[in-house]
Amino acid sequence: MQDTSGAVVAFEHVTKRYGGPDAAPAVDDLSLTVPAGEVCVLVGPSGCGKTTSMKMVNRLIEPSGGRITIDGDDVMSLPAVELRRRIGYVIQQVGLFPHLTIGDNVAVVPKLLRWKGQRIRERVEELLELVGLEPAQYRDRYPNELSGGERQRVGVARALAADPPVMLMDEPFGAVDPIRRDGLQNEFLRLQKRVRKTIIFVTHDVDEAIKMGDRIAILQRGGILAQYDTPAAILANPASEFVERFVGADRGLKRLSLGRVDDLDLIEAVLVRAGEQRAEVRVRLDRVEELTYALLVDQRDRPLGWIDQGDLRGDGPIDPSAATPGAPTVEMETTLRDALSALLGSSVQLGVVVNELGAVVGLVSVDAIGERLRNPVRAADGQLHEVGEVAAS
Amino acid sequence: MDLGWIVRNLDEIGQRTLEHVLLTVIAVVIGFAISFVLALLIRRLSWLEGPIIGVSGVLYAIPSLALFAFLVPFTGIQNPLTAEIALVSYTILILLRNILAGLAAVPREVIEAADGMGYTPSQRLWKVELPVALPVIVAGLRIATVTIIGLVTVTALIGLGGLGYLIVDIGYRRFFLTATLVGSVGAVLLAVIADRGFVLLQHALTPWARRRTEG
Repeated sequence: MQDTSGAVVAFEHVTKRYGGPDAAPAVDDLSLTVPAGEVCVLVGPSGCGKTTSMKMVNRLIEPSGGRITIDGDDVMSLPAVELRRRIGYVIQQVGLFPHLTIGDNVAVVPKLLRWKGQRIRERVEELLELVGLEPAQYRDRYPNELSGGERQRVGVARALAADPPVMLMDEPFGAVDPIRRDGLQNEFLRLQKRVRKTIIFVTHDVDEAIKMGDRIAILQRGGILAQYDTPAAILANPASEFVERFVGADRGLKRLSLGRVDDLDLIEAVLVRAGEQRAEVRVRLDRVEELTYALLVDQRDRPLGWIDQGDLRGDGPIDPSAATPGAPTVEMETTLRDALSALLGSSVQLGVVVNELGAVVGLVSVDAIGERLRNPVRAADGQLHEVGEVAAS
Repeated sequence: MDLGWIVRNLDEIGQRTLEHVLLTVIAVVIGFAISFVLALLIRRLSWLEGPIIGVSGVLYAIPSLALFAFLVPFTGIQNPLTAEIALVSYTILILLRNILAGLAAVPREVIEAADGMGYTPSQRLWKVELPVALPVIVAGLRIATVTIIGLVTVTALIGLGGLGYLIVDIGYRRFFLTATLVGSVGAVLLAVIADRGFVLLQHALTPWARRRTEG
């Protein structure tokens, strides 16, 4: 594992019953260990105890039996309030405090920990920048002035404020529409690459689990752990019929979710701006074998549309209105499955890969995704993963 | 309408207005203090909510005249205590209901987030729940104050002055319409001023509740 500010979280025979000792358990003898700095996704149908399991870590729910440790220390050894100040907490409805400014919302836990004013101000600034919100613009606004996505980012900043080793996230992107969700997930993965927290992430969405999790714990009704493993291993070898059904009949297709655009060798795009000479662009385009389109971009390299060879005939400057709009854009963190789906739906079967500012970094083709499935490829952490074996099997 | 009487009696009118304001403020302040304590009590012991709301509802339903008549043998006529006991008991239902409603309307996810961040129960109450409930609580104060300004006119019947003195003692008993008008208009003006004042206060106290973005 690379350097991490996370801590090992271990569940040891954890049980939760509501009511007497004879009541049916909500969580039944759960044992699993989350390595430091990894994302563990708890996933399963409703009533499987995933949220209950998560809330026992910061003792919003007290276990009936067994124990949970963080870096070896029993969570019961601290007063609940102190424990919670050391664990980040993000929920679906975000729960920002409506009467506090964004800056004060982020400063909540540092204030509870009695940090000095100057240190709090610096930390708030740093965190707002980290989640991509310009401090000068957002610090003094109130939550009701922000969009849902912006509020969720503030929620993440607030949870990170006191630099907790462990974060709990309860369906953090569940209330965001599917289009924005992909962007927020990507943003979160980029963030996690930098902060390397141990994260326990609850969702009911298998695709989200596969995308976000280093490891996935699949729970079934009654709080029974059905399987705990890496996404690749679960897709390759579901431990039971339940897991197989829960993961879905399209397991083959879901394996595509194990890879990211990041894993592909991108094709370098031929970028053109309004006003460039056609003859010159023709020459540049001819140099790239696999491309028959140039990509029209704005002043900040953001894609506007395709320019095909027909638009490049003759002399004179390029006519921006001739560009065919609608090029699908993907990000480095987009799963190959989502990328493929976006590509298949567009007329030019090329996807434009953009960075977090929306600027073009390259192109992906359907062929490249197919190629990636046939060959084992390095994963983001530089190790040769099981991903390749799975794809080849 | 005898304008000359008004000019000659400006001192008296001012005096009665002051009495009126004082009787109102005392009633609302004490009523709020009692309601606040009751609300905190109900938060701890939720079974008390039914009985307490029930009793304050009964108090609210007693006609003010009847309550004065009932209290006078114990506390005496011309005793502000007689009036205040009655006035305070009228505020409690309004204020208590609004404090409880304000606290109940704090979004569940805000409470969950506060718990998850590591607020102690009392920090959560004072720093999160009460501030978030403030608009509803101030709305209760506004209604209670306006209601009490109207009720205070009746206290003239037990010899306590206020603008009711102009209406009852001078206007009604001596058939002097100008005094009745001055007393009534004065009470209405006070109510309007109090109402606007609370709107401004709420605006100032809760800047977060007014700015909204579309969508």
